[in-house]
Amino acid sequence: MSSPAGTLIIGASQAGLQVAVSLRGAGDASPITLVGDEPHAPYQRPPLSKAYLQGGAELEHLWLRTPEVLAGLGVTLVTGERVESVALTAGGPSGTARTACGRVLAFDRLALTVGARPRRLSVPGASRDGVMYLRTADDAKALRELQSDAESVVVIGGGFIGLEAAAVARTQGSTVTVIEASDRLIGRAVAPVVSEFYRAAHTRRGVDVRLGTQVVSLGGRNGRVDTVALSDGTLIPADVVIVGIGVEPCIELARQLDLESAGGIVVDQYARTSNPNVVAAGDCTVQPNPLSGLGRVRLESVQNAVSQAKAAAATLVGRREPNDAVPWFWSDQYDLKLQIAGLAGGHDRCVVRGDVDGETFSVLYYRDGALLAADAVNAPGDYMAVRKALAQGATISAEAAANQAVALKELIVPQAIGA
Amino acid sequence: MPKVIFIALDGTERAVDARVGESVMAVAVRNGIPGIIGECGGNCSCATCHVYVGEDFSASVGEAGDMEDDLLDLGVAERRDTSRLSCQIPVTEDLDGLKVHVPEEQ
Repeated sequence: MSSPAGTLIIGASQAGLQVAVSLRGAGDASPITLVGDEPHAPYQRPPLSKAYLQGGAELEHLWLRTPEVLAGLGVTLVTGERVESVALTAGGPSGTARTACGRVLAFDRLALTVGARPRRLSVPGASRDGVMYLRTADDAKALRELQSDAESVVVIGGGFIGLEAAAVARTQGSTVTVIEASDRLIGRAVAPVVSEFYRAAHTRRGVDVRLGTQVVSLGGRNGRVDTVALSDGTLIPADVVIVGIGVEPCIELARQLDLESAGGIVVDQYARTSNPNVVAAGDCTVQPNPLSGLGRVRLESVQNAVSQAKAAAATLVGRREPNDAVPWFWSDQYDLKLQIAGLAGGHDRCVVRGDVDGETFSVLYYRDGALLAADAVNAPGDYMAVRKALAQGATISAEAAANQAVALKELIVPQAIGA
Repeated sequence: MPKVIFIALDGTERAVDARVGESVMAVAVRNGIPGIIGECGGNCSCATCHVYVGEDFSASVGEAGDMEDDLLDLGVAERRDTSRLSCQIPVTEDLDGLKVHVPEEQ
């Protein structure tokens, strides 16, 4: 009889690494192969738009595990190889994958942690040199080099990646313009009061923020970008253009396996795809809201990658451990630390605590009186209190939360009383 | 290269090489020290890198900052006088031989 092929994990980033580590943690001793298309050992992605972009850090400092530790865990790491095709044997769980260089990887069990790729800008001139995306370490390194002597930087997209990159460029002394098509910043993630805070905060620091504005084309010379043309006719000089207009989950392999997808690979709370023999985790998935169990959400965060990967690993070893962790997220811009706990979608009420103009405040979100989430800017105590309340199934009443004289952690009460 | 010594609940010690400037959490995670998670990557956002600093080093390591203080209050493991978030302890040459105890859970 041939030796077992073990688990194949396609995608060697936060979620993939965590599946491998959690499999070992669960006592699984069979072979694990972790294959990724980037030429690097798994590393932390969030610093790429923050400290790493600013310079100073080496990629090795961002490794999630050293290659030696992975080898010690018996994880075979294959880097720089993109899996192009995958097929299950009679519906799985076993099957075979093939990489672009022809390497064949047989598996007994499959985990898809394939992530997402930046949505591409599709206006005339978008392929000029100097138009940059920010997803991988190589992206960040290239941008870091270009940006260091750029006089003017134009950021297209006022989401987290764009605003973090704008903050770095502004801190380094560039003239920075942020162009956002909708009428507010980070509109998908936060309440209008927080959007407006970030607009004002960037403006105070010298960034030109343009809302409700479309980019119509990118001009340049010798193949290199030098201007951004806007829908109102304005031309903005640009040595570098950073595009941060969202990501698209990588669903090609899921399609080959006939897995259901809907804006991401559809999984349940146990990270099982529509073929329960195959698990998926991280940015490539859509899942039921981890707190309510309802609907479908796509969560692009380290926290979700880790929590979902743990659920996936449990499923692979035959246990049922749902991903019901409280979602959390953070964003660093200048000296502003935003921390988000919970999911605010569907809220019908917001309570603002603290001093918005003084850049220390939080916003608590409610639906039908129940606490859903909080955004905290330079207010980690509020963030942590809400996270703890949500994790305990407790709440903080909206009326009580408005009283800033009392620390939120003193106001946590069981759901039945607070609701 | 300074070394950091991680002490597990059962008293087992593991010494690993650290680079000056990186955090004790980063050293732990990269080297797969059980019980130190560091989910947020060192952003003082998750309180999953809680350690108890060995008493010989408490003065040189110093006390928690305000943000860290709030997180430690709400962490899972018991807070003690020696509690710190290891992502907020930068490794220096002076900290060579630093001993930290890993708590029961994060």
